[in-house]
Amino acid sequence: MSWIYPAVLAGCLVATLPLELFLRTRVYARPRRLLATLVPILAVFLTWDAFAIHAGHWRYRHLLGARIGNVPVEELAFFLVVPVCSILTLEAVRRRRPGWRIGDEEP
Amino acid sequence: MTYTVAAGLGLLFAVILDQLVLRTNLLRRKAFWAAYAIILGFQLAVNGVLTGQRLVVYSGTDILGARVLYAPVEDLAFGFSLVLQTLAWWVWWGRRDARRRASIARPSPEAASAARRPDPTDTRRSRTR
Repeated sequence: MSWIYPAVLAGCLVATLPLELFLRTRVYARPRRLLATLVPILAVFLTWDAFAIHAGHWRYRHLLGARIGNVPVEELAFFLVVPVCSILTLEAVRRRRPGWRIGDEEP
Repeated sequence: MTYTVAAGLGLLFAVILDQLVLRTNLLRRKAFWAAYAIILGFQLAVNGVLTGQRLVVYSGTDILGARVLYAPVEDLAFGFSLVLQTLAWWVWWGRRDARRRASIARPSPEAASAARRPDPTDTRRSRTR
């Protein structure tokens, strides 16, 4: 059993937290929009992961052991953490480069 | 189906989502590519740890074999698909909220004029009142 995987994911959240706190990216501050984004991502990527494990594309070693179906809980955490960090990065770019339009500005 | 094929399909799925389904067009926006460049650096580091420590092991017959920092090249397509789909949904929900707010702040000309003059089909009821 290894804590490396959860530790790496926790590291991602800690490393990106200053973006929300000091650069005011307002990602965690918009929980409904964040949740609405995460739902389709989880649906697509948990399906892909389950298929890949079933097809034998990859397998996991030394994880905590808890699984949802055949998908380790670490993978569920991965598909939550990586999207959140990606959105924080995009919003940080927006804060630093307000002239670069993203497509969700007021019409 | 190999991981190579699945990764290619995953990439195509994300491009279709961004360009044709949600029409967020992130692939043509500077902000997206700047964000992706930053994310890619962290992705290589995180993936390098997970595959380098052999927490995730890939089937040798399902990948091309080329590796970037321990991880199969297919992971680059997987990661790109995850990031593009995520940001496309985020921007799509944001655009929806922005349009809704704008239509409340200043209604469309048709809606505004309809509100000013009574509906012609509604004259009978308005006369009785």
